Amino acid sequence: MLTFLRRRTLTSLPPLLAVVLGVFVLARLTGDPAALYLPENATAQAREQFSAAHGFDQPIWSQLIDYLAQVTRLDFGTSLRTGEPAAVMALRAFPATLQLAVVTMLLACAVATAVGCWAALRPNGLGDRISSLMSMTAASVPDFWLAILGIWVFSIMLGVLPTSGVDAGGLSWVLPIAVLMLRPAGVLTQVVRGAMIAALGSPYVKVARSKGAGERRVVVRHALKNAAPPALTVAGDLAVGLINGAVVVESIFGWPGIGKLMIDSILQRDFAVLQAAVAITAISIFVLNIGIDLGYALLDSRVRQKVGAAA
Amino acid sequence: MTLLENPPEASAPDRPVKANWFRLLLADPAAFVSALILLLVAFVAVFGKRLAGDSAVTGDLSLSRLAPFSLDHGWQYVLGGDLLGRSLLGRLMVATQTTMSVVVPVVLISLVIGASVGMWAGYHRGWRETVAMRIADVVYSFPSLLMAVVVLYIFSPSIASIIAILAITRIPVYLRTARAESAELQTRLFVDAARTFGTPSGAIIRRHIFPIVLPTLLTVATVDFCYVMLAESSLSFLGIGVQPPDVSWGLMVAQGRDQLRTQWWLSVLPGLAIVITTVSANLLASWVRIATDPGQRWRLTTPRRRRRAARPTVLETT
Repeated sequence: MLTFLRRRTLTSLPPLLAVVLGVFVLARLTGDPAALYLPENATAQAREQFSAAHGFDQPIWSQLIDYLAQVTRLDFGTSLRTGEPAAVMALRAFPATLQLAVVTMLLACAVATAVGCWAALRPNGLGDRISSLMSMTAASVPDFWLAILGIWVFSIMLGVLPTSGVDAGGLSWVLPIAVLMLRPAGVLTQVVRGAMIAALGSPYVKVARSKGAGERRVVVRHALKNAAPPALTVAGDLAVGLINGAVVVESIFGWPGIGKLMIDSILQRDFAVLQAAVAITAISIFVLNIGIDLGYALLDSRVRQKVGAAA
Repeated sequence: MTLLENPPEASAPDRPVKANWFRLLLADPAAFVSALILLLVAFVAVFGKRLAGDSAVTGDLSLSRLAPFSLDHGWQYVLGGDLLGRSLLGRLMVATQTTMSVVVPVVLISLVIGASVGMWAGYHRGWRETVAMRIADVVYSFPSLLMAVVVLYIFSPSIASIIAILAITRIPVYLRTARAESAELQTRLFVDAARTFGTPSGAIIRRHIFPIVLPTLLTVATVDFCYVMLAESSLSFLGIGVQPPDVSWGLMVAQGRDQLRTQWWLSVLPGLAIVITTVSANLLASWVRIATDPGQRWRLTTPRRRRRAARPTVLETT
């Protein structure tokens, strides 16, 4: 298992390094870093002082080493807006996004499993139509528009849900999660449906049926258990993609998470905070990718055996 | 994939030997309507600015906050007016041009680069394949919006930089598809035959592999068109995409957001334009998928009555 974990870590590492190095290259090689970090109306003197203080006048290699050391210490400098350390701001925002993402993914998986199974049991039936409608919506409706539509209908016309913020308790979760769920639920339903149709037509389900196992047992114990691994892999990819939606949803609903922090720091040209937010997101994606592979290995005994043989 | 246990007889007398594309399109009403809508979008993208004229640029303040769906002030104001009395329909038409001038180049650039590198990597296998796929994996494993956010911070958002960043994030999609197909094709006999005759590898890829991969790539491109359109409008909505005074559909939704309480149409209608276009592209993509797949084309060429009779024997496997 440890060998497996180590190999997975090595293959998931390049994206993380690419992001960390990419930010460095983009920030240092494409112009004056002082122009990036300082507001646009900073004086020439302020720019020079800033460059000297942060070592931007040093050769590029020593800058790179300094930069990597800073990243490993999660030290991205201080925010121009608040004067707080950027990493502290990013870490403070992170749990809000994580909560949103976890609840969304759990609900999306539950909906996808239910609708996907229903659709697979009766192809061309009502469940099938709902599932293809869901996947079509997921692929064609912009999430920001859906969010605006939700605010218009439920907050302005009906007045039952708050327009933004987190103060209204449970009610303030409804719209952000409903919007964020759209894409993962739609895609996952299609995957579960496909995997379940394949599983229900397979020999082991026929054997289970011929042994007289009840319908519920056949569906849950035999078919669903075997349909789970492919769905889990897709769910992992979708969870990574959720960050795209989180940026949009958080900035519309004023959710104090990492996506809103990113957009705010872009619009107010606060590069230190942007960098911290991006780095923390990259690290969590790295951890998530390893988690997905581990989960896959635990669910699929064939992978588990191969891992055992390799170790 | 569809597995037929009992395909309808291929040599039925009432069936044309070689179905032409237009007839295949007519056979699927949803796809036909989608194609018409996309043609309209393309037409507006090209001529919209001229048709809309002044109404999209100079507002008539007496028509400010005009409600939609009335023809009292001419066809240009059928969708109402914005805060400055500019015609919403006119602005939508101008925005179509901006949106398409981002989306079409992105799809074309990523298709050409991704397909060429993918076919090249799949044909040669070995280290070239490994390097290309590793790079594609790195790009793909990262949320596209996150990358766009950093790049658009450093290079100020302009149409060119949006096109560049979106194209880079979409290249892996085509690269993976093209590589997989070309890696399989290069083991086939006809490729071996071409090799024996001394055909250079570039010519084999162009003449023998490319024509077979193309239908798949076009299907992927149609689906990707929707993705790119949603990505562009998300960026514009967030304020890091198309910048005013230019106007795109996503930007219009963002601009109308503050007036949601009094003038819902400013925000809701541009979003509806996005949805109609993406739904059409998706419906057309599923038609292309069926029409270019010889194993499934019978669904379009067989009359509906017979199709229903044939349906129960179809076993869907994915």
